[in-house]
Amino acid sequence: MEKFTKLSATAAPMPLVNIDTDMIIPKVFLKTIKRSGLGVNLFDEMRYDRQGNEIEDFVLNQPQYRDAQILVAGDNFGCGSSREHAPWALLDFGIRCVISTSFADIFYNNCFKNGILPIVVTPEEHAKLMDDAERGANAVISVDLEGQTITGPDGGQISFEVDAHKKHCLLNGLDDIGLTMEKAASIDSFEATAAQSRPWV
Amino acid sequence: MSPKTLYDKIWDAHVAHEAEDGTCLLYIDRHLVHEVTSPQAFEGLRMTGRKVRAPEKTIAVPDHNVPTTLDRANAETMTEDSRIQVAALDKNAKDFGIHYYPVSDVRQGIVHIVGPEQGWTLPGMTVVCGDSHTATHGAFGALAHGIGTSEVEHVLATQTLIQKKSKNMKVEITGKLRPGVTAKDITLSVIGETGTAGGTGYVIEYCGEAIRDLSMEGRMTVCNMAIEGGARAGLIAPDETTFEYCKGRPHAPKGAQWEAAMEWWKTLYSDDDAQWDKVITIKGEDIAPVVTWGTSPEDVLPITAAVPSPDSFEGGKVDAAQRSIDYMGLQAGQKLTDIEIDTVFIGSCTNGRIEDLRAAAEILKGKKVAVKRAMVVPGSGLVRAQAEEEGLADIFKEAGFEWRMAGCSMCLAMNPDQLAEGERCASTSNRNFEGRQGYKGRTHLVSPAMAAAAAVTGKLTDVRELM
Ligand code: SF4
Repeated sequence: MEKFTKLSATAAPMPLVNIDTDMIIPKVFLKTIKRSGLGVNLFDEMRYDRQGNEIEDFVLNQPQYRDAQILVAGDNFGCGSSREHAPWALLDFGIRCVISTSFADIFYNNCFKNGILPIVVTPEEHAKLMDDAERGANAVISVDLEGQTITGPDGGQISFEVDAHKKHCLLNGLDDIGLTMEKAASIDSFEATAAQSRPWV
Repeated sequence: MSPKTLYDKIWDAHVAHEAEDGTCLLYIDRHLVHEVTSPQAFEGLRMTGRKVRAPEKTIAVPDHNVPTTLDRANAETMTEDSRIQVAALDKNAKDFGIHYYPVSDVRQGIVHIVGPEQGWTLPGMTVVCGDSHTATHGAFGALAHGIGTSEVEHVLATQTLIQKKSKNMKVEITGKLRPGVTAKDITLSVIGETGTAGGTGYVIEYCGEAIRDLSMEGRMTVCNMAIEGGARAGLIAPDETTFEYCKGRPHAPKGAQWEAAMEWWKTLYSDDDAQWDKVITIKGEDIAPVVTWGTSPEDVLPITAAVPSPDSFEGGKVDAAQRSIDYMGLQAGQKLTDIEIDTVFIGSCTNGRIEDLRAAAEILKGKKVAVKRAMVVPGSGLVRAQAEEEGLADIFKEAGFEWRMAGCSMCLAMNPDQLAEGERCASTSNRNFEGRQGYKGRTHLVSPAMAAAAAVTGKLTDVRELM
């Protein structure tokens, strides 16, 4: 997994609330058995018409947002299915950070496993950042995970919360499985005890 | 001892390791696997030379992609990429030695229906699956939730999940339900009340007389949609109904082990003075048969209502409501019962169990469908067989329904069963998102009885008028 430390990039505004994982990556693209290559189909049904032509209005099709690496999105982003294809598609497109007032639980967790930083901000901060994002490529937003701050194009700073363990893994690009395997002894002893107390499992 | 909720009790019984910051390794008793969210996880194991730690606790079944037509044994009915995904699961199940129900097995079906049916899901367990509707299994008083593919790989390799504890939320449905009101109406009404993010950060326990009175099938329907309310999981405390359902299932304990299990299971309830972070109470008699009008499961209204005006919402929801109404091809103020339906879909892990088929057949008996297309997709091969035995299949067929093989089918349109552009469907599934049932398809979520009612009148209909 790629580390996430600092990021300065264009932020694309997507004010719509309840953007679900079907919108992020429609199910027709879930038939892959790989993780890569989903970026071209990110937001597919909003981004392309039925003939596969780009829909001009869609934010990521606008020239100033084509290289956006940050999304500022409406409430409850990533609701719906557990598909990890959603963060895979975001990542493959180049999005490394999503900022919203709230995220769906599974999506939020999935982001961290893929080097994407989801940030929860207050509605007031969100309105400010959405405003910044609407100013396009002239308005670069900087995110510093170590310091837990977002700096807007006008220099205003917002600090955010992030779970310490998740932060550590993201900063260092650590793989959860390797970390857990170091605790194999605890799992062994849990299993041994459970085999006695709940043998039917 | 301090009082505990049911969630607290199950959680405490499964913590294999706790770090200083409260991050836990939660031990997983059952890991269910399907073809869509697992290939990358198995690929990860191969790349790192890891094994499945507990293959005997890992159960796989293909469901999302598989065609549900009668001729599905013929590989041609599957698209190339679907075939590859199912073949990958066949191979992974074999290579890693996990329990497997292939398409050719009569027990095959939707993973959340097969698990309980085979007795894999039992009270007090932790159950995960790379699928958000894993919440279904909470009906047994099991802590069950959906996970992403990285987590699938994590559970395969370590039989644990890295978790922080959620908060406790109680949803109480008091009193009795009125005639024509079902478990689906309960669960949709709760989401209508809390919103799709109302449960975020919580594990919900459903309780109250109306919940107690439900069968296991109904309880699974309620818990199934906990995720639509944003919750990590939904739970219902096990009771006699639960034990009765579990007893004698192929993978349920027997003899002395059953007795030992029962002893523990009977302690699985929330203590009277347990602390809740959020409580919601709804009167059972206030719940009406409901339907969704928009593209979010929270867009719920009683069937007697009308499409709302976007102006009746606040903030970002004004735009979202307008977008929903446009997408759904409706008008604000239009009566819900005036909405004409093209297609009826009865099935999915929400409503693909025997009781659901009975409820629909009850309404359909002796009637004919008035919609262009109507299909019933049993949730498993065994549900299908039972429905045939009970004569339900004949009722469906005589009414003009297609009688299909088991699978996810039109719940998500990853297989050949899809809505055409603009096609409007009364569906017993769980998601009415844009494009969920097919590109530009329009979904109205309803109970099986309401779906049957729509099928015979050709419009969204108050099932109580047909009873
Ligand atoms: S029936 Fe629908 S919701 Fe259930 S597992 Fe299948 S696709 Fe998911």
